[in-house]
Amino acid sequence: MRYLPHTPEDIAAMLQVVGVESMAELFSTVPDECARRDPPDLPEPLTEWELCAHMAALSQKGAGKLQGGPIAFLGAGRYEHFIPESINYLLGRSEFSTAYTPYQPEMSQGTLQAIYEYQTLTARLLGLEVANASLYDGASALAEALLMAMRITRKKKVALSRVIHPHYRQVVQTYLAPAGVEIVELPFLENGRTDVSGVTGVEDLAAMAVQSPNFFGSIEDLASLGDMCRENGILFITAFTEPLAYGMLKNPGLQGAHISCGEGQSLGIPRWFGGPGLGMFACERQYMRNMPGRLVGQTLDKQGRRGFVLTLATREQHIRREKATSNICTNSSLCALTAAMYMASLGGTGIRELARLNYDKAGYLKQALRQTGFRIPFASPCFNEFVVEFPPDFEATYNRLLKKNMVAGLSLSPWYPELQHYYLLCVTETRTRAQMDAFVKEIIS
Amino acid sequence: MSKPLAPTGLNLDEPLLWEMGSPGRTGYSMPRRDVEPFPLDDDLLGEGPDFPDLNEMGVVRHYTRLSQWNFGVDTGMYPLGSCTMKYNPKINEKCSQLEGLAGLHPMLPAGMTQGALGLMVELERFLKEITGMDAVSLQPAAGAQGELTGMLLIHAYLKSCNVKRNKIIIPDTAHGTNPASAALCGYRPVRVKSGDRGILTTEAISEVMDEDTAGIMITNPNTLGLFEEHIKEIADIVHAKGGQVYCDGANMNAVMGMVHMGNSGVDVLHLNLHKTFSTPHGGGGPGAGPVCVAKHLLPFLPIPRVLKNDAGYFLSEDFPESIGRLHSFCGNFGVMIKAYAYILSMGSENLKKASQLAVLNANYIKEKLKSVFHLPYDRPCMHECVFSDKLQREHKITTLDMAKRLMDFGFHPPTIYFPLVVDGAMMIEPTETESLEEIDRFIEACRIVAAEALESPDLLRGAPKRCKVERLDETLACRQPCLVG
Repeated sequence: MRYLPHTPEDIAAMLQVVGVESMAELFSTVPDECARRDPPDLPEPLTEWELCAHMAALSQKGAGKLQGGPIAFLGAGRYEHFIPESINYLLGRSEFSTAYTPYQPEMSQGTLQAIYEYQTLTARLLGLEVANASLYDGASALAEALLMAMRITRKKKVALSRVIHPHYRQVVQTYLAPAGVEIVELPFLENGRTDVSGVTGVEDLAAMAVQSPNFFGSIEDLASLGDMCRENGILFITAFTEPLAYGMLKNPGLQGAHISCGEGQSLGIPRWFGGPGLGMFACERQYMRNMPGRLVGQTLDKQGRRGFVLTLATREQHIRREKATSNICTNSSLCALTAAMYMASLGGTGIRELARLNYDKAGYLKQALRQTGFRIPFASPCFNEFVVEFPPDFEATYNRLLKKNMVAGLSLSPWYPELQHYYLLCVTETRTRAQMDAFVKEIIS
Repeated sequence: MSKPLAPTGLNLDEPLLWEMGSPGRTGYSMPRRDVEPFPLDDDLLGEGPDFPDLNEMGVVRHYTRLSQWNFGVDTGMYPLGSCTMKYNPKINEKCSQLEGLAGLHPMLPAGMTQGALGLMVELERFLKEITGMDAVSLQPAAGAQGELTGMLLIHAYLKSCNVKRNKIIIPDTAHGTNPASAALCGYRPVRVKSGDRGILTTEAISEVMDEDTAGIMITNPNTLGLFEEHIKEIADIVHAKGGQVYCDGANMNAVMGMVHMGNSGVDVLHLNLHKTFSTPHGGGGPGAGPVCVAKHLLPFLPIPRVLKNDAGYFLSEDFPESIGRLHSFCGNFGVMIKAYAYILSMGSENLKKASQLAVLNANYIKEKLKSVFHLPYDRPCMHECVFSDKLQREHKITTLDMAKRLMDFGFHPPTIYFPLVVDGAMMIEPTETESLEEIDRFIEACRIVAAEALESPDLLRGAPKRCKVERLDETLACRQPCLVG
């Protein structure tokens, strides 16, 4: 086996040094009742070439059999964006990928500087003062933000918009339920935005969380929500699933967010059937010591040269144990590095242009569908996703389109039973006008 | 010129991203604009983020240079205890990048994702086989999230039995994440000391296990690298009082094909795919932390789960007793692909051999270095061994000094100052993928460092000298936090 370097002679010599007769004897401390009798029932080992063939066949089952995948108008938390080849190439630098958490800063300055840069770009994107080194994904980042808000305010009640991604709300439930946290659900308005009118009547609220653009694609009026939260002494958490939106939209920090968190997959990370993702997390500096997760900080070495280290570790599980701000240690570092590379490749000029292109393309399809006679039920502005109401018999059309390798978005009815025949559509820079025209033509044919 | 462009040789002094670039450059091939601008309300529009503009080569050089300041498993031996820094096979990377897997949207109709769902089902089966447990959830995104899942499962199970408990037993040899994970479920940790042989005694557990205790979090092999020999009896004690046994399986690399976790009395076990199953650590993730459970915990596993009907595999959320969802989608699928490819490449015999060689390497190092470093538990170890700086401290040289000096010899230091039960701990986990020659070189380096500790201690206090930077001021970083530039 090519991953195991030991020859029989090596093994014999080493066993002698250890002072045992056999490999089995190395396990003399394992009691009989714990020892395995039969080997695990696994397939015969494959050669590298057999593995390649097996994996290629597996990857071609389903959507993979199409060159470049299906033409999908599907977002809802995972977005199809072009990834520059330079990024894939740089991620092949195994000095990054085969290192671990930079516990020894002197030999990890590459990871540390890159993550410090990632924190900075994230803070700038979201308009907040500090950002952490990443969390697992958008959903757990939101759960951690709510836990953080409860630590800061010492209150055990939070309000959550119903137009936050349904999976995120499920994850929040999983994280918060055992601690007995009360979750107040905020309904949505006719225009697709969150209805926060009920919030002021709720006492002892630690935080209010909304997502923008929300699950319907609608851009929330963050500024007025921020004002409301600040007037009422509630921490304002803004979540997101599509960070590219902040390439052009007013950022959360400018609009009163105390904490902004969400998913960074859009920034150069493949969809990978939903994971790994990137939990992005930023907040006001005054709450820095309450943040979950790893933080990289700038410092100096003995010679007075700039360098970077993991810092503020006294918040963390390995030191504070049960009083830690989170149990997280391994996070999503390589995905954070990817996102930094992507943001650096786009630059300030590029990200504005790309965001605007997403907005314009989604607007084009929305307009085309509206002109064809379909209703766009929510009037509030959108970024690259929007909801359309299709006719009651649309499921047959949806299935017919699938056969033509087109995915007509996502039906909302599993999560919002009152929204029968409402579909969430997404258009990024990867969809061409010709594809959109063909899509509309197919729908009405 | 007052400041040299390059401190040493090829070790280029690379600035921060925003200290470079020029407005108007780009490193990105902007897709064709084939639509007109869509009307936009100016009130929504921000100024856009203040990112530097770089061209493509500027970005490539920046990250290539940064990578040269980093040390990974591909650079050299990385004996970081409890982290299992084994070789990460390159073919697995390629498998994970196949367009049909990497480009797969998680919300496509099930008919379009049969390859991915099938892979998950097979990987679940492999992990069941390897651990001897009854069912697996691949969803947790890392070991600590696997731990949290384990705690939530126990919490939900006890609730279904109408039992509410407030405490959980955590030995002093547990991973640091354990207490923090338990706290999220409202469990108060009860610390238990390991016995003088470095493992738990049944007496210590009997003393604290009561009917207000949800169970025990036990790491096996533990963080001293020792097998918890009484795990079955301990499990019996915990079960007799209605508690559950959670096993931290971060150290599973020691016992593949050798130990049957199901028969050891374990109710729930988490694995780290980025440790035992060779997926790269990524500079701190992404990893994956699947949980394996005994039958009675199956109804509580996270949703969604992959099921099969006549039409093939599909995702189901229809498990009313489930603890719920822990991840935006199904977990870190990109990591699962690599672990799956690894298991397929290894097969049963080679996995067992990997564990045997990991244990052989650790015991070999232990024997060769115990005359140089203090060995607090001189017993057969599993995949890692733990020394202390007791001998060197007499000469005012600490574990930290020795760790930093090892860098000058081209090795990543061991895990230091952990586990907490050993003062000045150095926890060495070589893994099975290091050859005898490499291990001998490491041993030689350790011997030289130990000798220098007596003869020229300033060499150690001034180390490292051959890295990008010298020892960094961590106190300054903490007192005046500068987290963004």
